[in-house]
Amino acid sequence: MARVLVIAEHDGATLNPSTAKCVTCATALPDAQVDVVVFAVDGQALGGQAAAIQGVDAVKVAEHPANEHALAAVLAPQVAALAGDYTHVLAPSTTYGKDLLPRVAALLDVDQLSDIMELLGERQFRRPVYAGNAIVTVTAPGEETVVATVRTASFAAAPGGGEARVESVTLDVDLPTHTRFVGLESSASDRPDLQTASRVVSGGRALGSAENFDVLYGLADTLGAAVGASRAAVDAGYVANDLQVGQTGKIIAPDLYIAAGISGAIQHLTGIKDAGTIVAINKDPDAPIFEIADIGLVADLFEAVPALREALQG
Amino acid sequence: MKTILVGLKRVVDYSVRVRVRPDGTGVDTGGVKMGINPFDEIALEEALRLREAGLADSVVVASVGPKAAEQQLRTGLAMGADRAILVDTEQSLAPRAIARVLLALVERESADLVLLGKQSIDGDNNQTGQMLAALWNRPQATFASKIELVDGCARVTREVDAGLETLEVDLPAVVTTDLRLNEPRFVKLPDIMKAKRKPLDILSLDELAPGLAGGPTPDAYAPPPVRSRGVMVDDVPALLGALRERGVI
Repeated sequence: MARVLVIAEHDGATLNPSTAKCVTCATALPDAQVDVVVFAVDGQALGGQAAAIQGVDAVKVAEHPANEHALAAVLAPQVAALAGDYTHVLAPSTTYGKDLLPRVAALLDVDQLSDIMELLGERQFRRPVYAGNAIVTVTAPGEETVVATVRTASFAAAPGGGEARVESVTLDVDLPTHTRFVGLESSASDRPDLQTASRVVSGGRALGSAENFDVLYGLADTLGAAVGASRAAVDAGYVANDLQVGQTGKIIAPDLYIAAGISGAIQHLTGIKDAGTIVAINKDPDAPIFEIADIGLVADLFEAVPALREALQG
Repeated sequence: MKTILVGLKRVVDYSVRVRVRPDGTGVDTGGVKMGINPFDEIALEEALRLREAGLADSVVVASVGPKAAEQQLRTGLAMGADRAILVDTEQSLAPRAIARVLLALVERESADLVLLGKQSIDGDNNQTGQMLAALWNRPQATFASKIELVDGCARVTREVDAGLETLEVDLPAVVTTDLRLNEPRFVKLPDIMKAKRKPLDILSLDELAPGLAGGPTPDAYAPPPVRSRGVMVDDVPALLGALRERGVI
């Protein structure tokens, strides 16, 4: 029997949808019993949100003033203290999970598996390597606890409506003070969250400036879509880093992905492979993005994107 | 501070489109261009800038891998590192084992700061720095896009999903680098000549870190599912029609 601990991700008020995706992965393990742990200063409301995810058996709420910000050095010893009761410890493969879980694995003296995209058994998984150009099947060694991050684009979020029990846990561990939170500069907007949006409009280097991104914002707002970008557009300073889609940015799986002025480097394509429909608009008919696009249009984006917006509004 | 330790991994060059071997035993690396993991190159550039700003005395580059990794270490020396260490092994080691080797090097070199790439572009694990920090019982600041050293602390801006987070960590610490931290310098020919005379130590893995566990077993490799080329449309009305046909709008 698999006893699984899922580490919840949240911003202090709301559970990140990546948590429900991890639960889907966890419940796919044979005969799984799934607990979710919430680390927070005041975690009762968050615990309630986690308890509503279907498939969760119990929610553990670990409250501590040091848990105000998600510092890996502070959270890892707490996870390690809980891990003894479990066969698997899972976290989403977001910057939060990627920062935290290797530290947990090292404390437990076990290896870690990154970005699992498919389960083949209790200890056997598939994961992408080489920017998604190869998929490797790996088996976790020996009998040790399986510690893994979950590639959230590969799993649908578990539905709500569950009624798991919520219990407080007190963890008797020394927490370090050598790591201190200073601040968070967020480019949060009213648009949907890039990681979970069902529609995404993305721009590349061809946009040419931050101001020119307005043409994409217009289309995104008409579609109710999130906005993304290629690495080139972020490097050029047109948009903030948190909009980057690709191998080293966000891996997303929207129903509709519209790439405007993005040539389609391998590193970008790996971030959108699970999208439902990919639309490419590019002036260059030889752009690699057309090789994987479901619908391609060779056109100047500055004409095509406003025209598409107008047609949608009409 | 005295010493910054930088990890350099030899990987298939980022521009190479790797292919899975037909028998599924791995990817074809025969004859393909190899290079320094791009994130590690950024780590080295940052270390050099800190030294050039008078904030560190020396920069040591280290690699855990085959003899051929000497090539990447020589490039690191040509970029400006003072010394290089190759921990010689033909074994393919998991991040946890690499972290153990790096910990042994940290102790050997009394490193005050370890700079590593946030991930290597072959394994895409994104684990080694965090594991080293845990084993060393020191702070970590991952995905750095800015590093400032002040009063025995490092103030690190991190690229996280929510935006840019700033942490302050006591030193010594492990910092892993993201793409926008800096742009690595180009190596000039005279520097390549000079690098040939810089010290490059070769250490035996068994002596430095004996008894390393093997890590997760790769059972088989497969090419990713392919997305086939779809339809090309001539204009925006046709695009709209195709979107409606697929039921996505």
